Amino acid sequence: MKIAVSSTGKDMESPIDPRFGRARQFILFDPDRGAFEVIDNSVNLNAAQGAGIQTAQRIADSGASVLISGNCGPKAFQVLSAAGVKVYTCEAKNVMEALALYNAGKLTEISSANVEGHWL
Amino acid sequence: MALTLAVASGKGGTGKTTLAVALALAAKEVTLLDCDVEEPNVHLFLPGENQRSQLVNVPIPQVDMSLCDACRACVDFCEFNALAVFPGKTLVFPELCHSCGGCKLVCPKQAITETNRRIGDLSFGQFGKVNWVQGRLDVGQTMSPPLIRAVLAHKGNGLTIIDAPPGTSCPMIAAVGLSDYVLLVTEPTPFGLNDLKLAVETLRQMQKPFGVIINRFDSGDEGVEGYCLVEEIEIWMRIPQSRKIAEIYSVGGTLLDAVPEYKEQFSRILKDLVQEFSGDEA
Repeated sequence: MKIAVSSTGKDMESPIDPRFGRARQFILFDPDRGAFEVIDNSVNLNAAQGAGIQTAQRIADSGASVLISGNCGPKAFQVLSAAGVKVYTCEAKNVMEALALYNAGKLTEISSANVEGHWL
Repeated sequence: MALTLAVASGKGGTGKTTLAVALALAAKEVTLLDCDVEEPNVHLFLPGENQRSQLVNVPIPQVDMSLCDACRACVDFCEFNALAVFPGKTLVFPELCHSCGGCKLVCPKQAITETNRRIGDLSFGQFGKVNWVQGRLDVGQTMSPPLIRAVLAHKGNGLTIIDAPPGTSCPMIAAVGLSDYVLLVTEPTPFGLNDLKLAVETLRQMQKPFGVIINRFDSGDEGVEGYCLVEEIEIWMRIPQSRKIAEIYSVGGTLLDAVPEYKEQFSRILKDLVQEFSGDEA
């Protein structure tokens, strides 16, 4: 059960990126192995439109079953739900803290987008 | 005398519709295409709407899940990020789709067909010798160029005047794309000048001949005049700031109702433009 966290950097101490669709990268943590990998998201960072949709596709494709991010818009949430990825929002200061809060059961799963779409 | 003349501007509210309607009324016979589909208003000045209206659709993909094996060729192809695919499930986001049909072409399983999605409608009207066609984008739709192209499909064989949407982005470019000449309506303010420059740069890139009409020319500064002088842009007309024009406009009257003498001036402008820029050489 892998956990994806939107991140501004490439390690566990990196501040989490409050944006989902246009997050610079994701830390994909595998609790079974205690290891993580970095998912680059620069393509979607620069997308003209539909960044949330394609980032959600990428997260689902990575095998993550949990996503932790600052916010999640309506289209991204729709894709993540369809793919069976659970979405948690948090305001932790870095990736490690976000994972700790998740493990302690202190994050709440959201059941719909917590922010509006941008212009569509 | 086939001439397609677009009336455009960078800045909104400079008088595009006012000018397009006045030019149409000064013409002998004309097709007037209201391509400002986000807020079409030609019908307010030229009442005479027919009952005839026509829906405008765009094609969007629909996926037959019994054929889809979630290979994601469509997702990788789509430049507009309008699709997401998982085993057993495909999501299409119609509002992001540009109807290019690429997903259908690249699908190795032929699982994608197209279905229609309504984006707006056309209405048709006649006022004197002016035949007009107007596009109206449905509320909530954001992509106007396909609807603008549907309006442009009704271009006449003789003189066609296009009331273009403001700005210099896709809708404006779609609206002026077919024209032989573009009249840019501007106003002598820093905002008007800034957006005039953007429009001029756009039209130069499109290699469209153009000229300028300055509306409310006596109300602002000298910036627009100076710019046109330096850039050698022809100024066809200067319309003064006038309370009378504004009052008549506010009750649905036209510029020619306010200043009948302009009819002759507009006729002359049209005659000159037809002579110089007519699409056919006849």
